[in-house]
Amino acid sequence: MYTLNNPAIMRQIIMDHYEKPRNKRTVDDPRYIKIHMNSESCIDDIFVFMLVEDNTVIDCAWDGIGCTISTASTSVMSELLIGKSFKDALYIIRQYELMLDEQTFDKDVLDEAIVFINTSKQPSRLKCALIGWHGAESLIKQQGDNKK
Amino acid sequence: MIDTRKIAQDFPMLRKMVNGKRLAFLDSASTTLKPQSVIDGVVEYLTETTSNSHRGDYQTAYEVDVRVDETRAAVARFINADKDEIVFTSGTSMSINLVAYGYGIKHLNKDDEILITQAEHASNVLPWFKVSEHTGAKVNYIPLDEEGRLTADNLRKVVSHKTKIVAVAHVTNVMGFLVDLKQIAAIAHEFGALIVVDGAQSVPHFPTDVKDLDVDFLSFSGHKMLGPTGIGVLFGKYHLLQAMDPLMMGGGMSARFDMCGDIDLMLPPVKFEAGTLNLEGVFGLKKAIEYLEDLGMSNIVAHEDKLRAYAISELKKLENVIVYNEKAEAGIITLNLKGVFAQDASTYFNSKGIAVRSGQHCAKILTDFLKTHATIRMSMYVYTTKEDIDLFVDACKKGGDFLDVYFE
Repeated sequence: MYTLNNPAIMRQIIMDHYEKPRNKRTVDDPRYIKIHMNSESCIDDIFVFMLVEDNTVIDCAWDGIGCTISTASTSVMSELLIGKSFKDALYIIRQYELMLDEQTFDKDVLDEAIVFINTSKQPSRLKCALIGWHGAESLIKQQGDNKK
Repeated sequence: MIDTRKIAQDFPMLRKMVNGKRLAFLDSASTTLKPQSVIDGVVEYLTETTSNSHRGDYQTAYEVDVRVDETRAAVARFINADKDEIVFTSGTSMSINLVAYGYGIKHLNKDDEILITQAEHASNVLPWFKVSEHTGAKVNYIPLDEEGRLTADNLRKVVSHKTKIVAVAHVTNVMGFLVDLKQIAAIAHEFGALIVVDGAQSVPHFPTDVKDLDVDFLSFSGHKMLGPTGIGVLFGKYHLLQAMDPLMMGGGMSARFDMCGDIDLMLPPVKFEAGTLNLEGVFGLKKAIEYLEDLGMSNIVAHEDKLRAYAISELKKLENVIVYNEKAEAGIITLNLKGVFAQDASTYFNSKGIAVRSGQHCAKILTDFLKTHATIRMSMYVYTTKEDIDLFVDACKKGGDFLDVYFE
């Protein structure tokens, strides 16, 4: 659980994920489902790949071009979702969206993703912080059987 | 000479504060701020002369007709065209689409070719793709030189008698290069092709003489030249306007029609203006042209030249700045801060009250020529000051700390 009292650490986490993005690769494996996210803003152009089994995210990767915020937020997301059930993954994504919308959210599940909390102060960047997350959300929802 | 201190008093937006700071508006290639006279022109229509054009017999309707006519004349004078060659549109995109659909689809066929460049704005690319889809005509590219410029030599390498349309920007929106249009037009004409010009970035900033340049069509937008949004212009040589179909059918452009579907259309330019015009836009556009004429286009060129040279010399002192178009003629500087994604930088600039554009600027040229995915574009106009440039340069110096805005 990360605290919000240390901007230097939050900043370090964003830069670390920007400079060394996790799970950033293009996946050729036909077992993976994928989605192309390129219509939400002018520049960001991102693919999200997911291996799913038994209503669970077995693996999550992504690739593409984006700014610091889209790159780092998608990188953090990929780490966070791997191994989660659809139900848990959708819950985490929802908490992240609530955070960016300045509403009450369950911060216990967001882990490093909490560092993007200030994005709401730069509304022009919300799309950047959400592009990968919306991709993952669509992929899971497309599976159609994300039972409660 | 342009006195920016005097000009500043004419633009209410220049008194606006952004994030507690004075607005430094360096995005005039996207849209321009409006002087009070333009605002008053729009308001005059809404408060004193509201009525529809060319259909009323009463006093205010007549006054509107007169103003529409005067505005057409003002536009014609501004680019040295004839009044009947000026069609009012919603802006550059609609103007180019009007030529593409009304002329291109009507007159081109599968053996024909349309030449464009990779530096064109999407609005001067995608309409031609549509013409190709409908007619089978090919869209081909005139190669750009190493700097990214369109040259007469390169046009000569590809133009042929198959070429029916050469569609290019007079000033490109990312690089700000001014094309030698007179020469390009002459070559196009030598091969029997039409020269269709995107003037969105040139007409507001450079004196434009369509007769001297000998262009066939020229499109531009009111809002990029101090006017309101939603009003623009298509200039076309009269015989070409006669040979062109309207994009929209409707009221005000049909002389008579019967139940069998026989229609007599009005003559150009009215033929292309179905429906009610953006009349407050027309009122504002007239004031915008008058404002620019009062300043003098050659003074505007000199003002932007001077500011640009100053900005380039200051930016070149910074090691963390990459400028992509040092030698451009227009007041557009395209750059990046080393190691900072353009959008991150522009968010940082915003926190300092500086408005610049980041992105691909709707042009494909970036990835091929600039070897970068996105850039920052700062662009100037009549109201831009040395202080605006200083603020921008100063922010560039500190741009490495762009994440500050998330943690202040």
